[in-house]
Amino acid sequence: MIKTYAEINKKIESGKAVVLTAEEVIDYVDKRGLEAAAKEVDVVTTATFGPMCSSGCFLNFGHSTPKMRISEAWINDVQAYCGVAAVDVYLGATQLRQNDPANMYHPGEFRYGGGHVIEDLVAGKKVQLFGLSYGTDDYPRREIRTLFDINDLNQAIMTNPRNCYQNYNVAVNTSDKRIYTYLGILKARMRNMTYCSAGQLSPLLNDPLYETIGVGTSIWLAGARGIVYAQGTQHCSQVERGDNGVPAEGAGTLALSGNMKEMLPEFVRGTSFKGYGVSLALGVGIPIPILNPEILRRTTVRDRDIMACVIDYSHDYPQKTGKVLARYNYEQLRSGEVELNGKKVPVTSLSSYHKALKICGLLKAEIEEGRFLLSEPSQRLPLNQGMQSLNIRGPVR
Amino acid sequence: MITKKIYLYFPKSETEKPIVYQLVKEFDLIVNIFRAKVTPEEEGYLSLEVTGTQENIDRAFAFLGGFDVTIHAGNKAVHWDQDRCAHCGACVVHCPTQSLSFIDPTTRTIAYCEDTCIECLACIAACPFGACSSAF
Repeated sequence: MIKTYAEINKKIESGKAVVLTAEEVIDYVDKRGLEAAAKEVDVVTTATFGPMCSSGCFLNFGHSTPKMRISEAWINDVQAYCGVAAVDVYLGATQLRQNDPANMYHPGEFRYGGGHVIEDLVAGKKVQLFGLSYGTDDYPRREIRTLFDINDLNQAIMTNPRNCYQNYNVAVNTSDKRIYTYLGILKARMRNMTYCSAGQLSPLLNDPLYETIGVGTSIWLAGARGIVYAQGTQHCSQVERGDNGVPAEGAGTLALSGNMKEMLPEFVRGTSFKGYGVSLALGVGIPIPILNPEILRRTTVRDRDIMACVIDYSHDYPQKTGKVLARYNYEQLRSGEVELNGKKVPVTSLSSYHKALKICGLLKAEIEEGRFLLSEPSQRLPLNQGMQSLNIRGPVR
Repeated sequence: MITKKIYLYFPKSETEKPIVYQLVKEFDLIVNIFRAKVTPEEEGYLSLEVTGTQENIDRAFAFLGGFDVTIHAGNKAVHWDQDRCAHCGACVVHCPTQSLSFIDPTTRTIAYCEDTCIECLACIAACPFGACSSAF
């Protein structure tokens, strides 16, 4: 039994598509059997909500009178990159606010940065642009200071080089002192452990071999209609995988883009990681078309079928030793406690299952109501791709 | 006997006065201080729980009203913003009294219990979303 994208879209348009969330599909296939379910189910919705560095946005301000070729710009005191064009800038999610003391008084608080500016823009708040230029004959203005909100911009296009990590490390700290990481605060001597994945709801864990999610896939990006525009940076598909094809480490990633003017503030949140920096938490939903029973079977992946590696963030992660302390599945991690080296260790998540579940439901509703059509990818994501290291080569003495 | 949570703001003019001592001595209140702070500008904040008869508590509040003190009755100086909370659960392991915990294992929803909060402020550092904040 094989369905095509066109057939599924026709059903969506006529409001007859059968859509299940990545959680619902598990029991459904258990009850109905794979073959029967593959005939009935058209789409499975997957989602994730978590901090995603490597996010940002292109903004176009339009021209002032007289015109200005902005060469340096700050939005709410957060610097944006101006080496694009006269009034185009790129604002990165992890950019700190100007004069943030960072970790000068360790651990720094990092209360506001690029991610928070993006949140404020999506929330429709007024923010301040301050720009400088050296002035040219055609762009004479040399300084600008003005308030604006997202409606004043011509375009605000979120463009994220790396989102939706297929799987991720579980972090622990074996050292004698507390450490501050992008996976949260890790207490000394393994007194807690953190992970960051939506597990059985996560898009690329439901399509582990990239059979439907590829370049050109339509996605739900914080409520806006977005797209996968490329493989994500650090996409590294050649990794250890279970019998089900599901990787036990980072693996695949997606580069995502979408119109910020259509986004919902609830799913675009600036984040502050004490002692580490700022980032952006983002909600992403991706529909998986059930083209055949095999694709359906992969969407029935459960937390207990997905393994993740525990890495020591006090030594092995920064020193890149590659050492894995242990492996657990997400059912064990989500239970809130695992046993490591004979010691009970509490586990928490940075990724919100609650929000991911909500997004699965919102996307499901949009598809059921015929408001969201699927798109066939124009390119598949590479399957056997490794990752380069940065080797330090100095001048030969 | 009833118990009330309050937090007080003392402007500079009142920080020298032994107000808590009076609450105990004159109004027979049991006082449980969660947190106190005098800022470099010499303003003061005090978060506490008072237990006593309704009459004594009313009298004590009237007494406090005689000073230039701002009374915030009925809540703690720690605030959890439900809308900012992403329900990720990062706080759970850092909260020593389980005042922040999952109330629904299926939807993995976080709730904050003000009654058991001891205002240690660990959640404020642990929450990347800035859902927890302190009045001082």
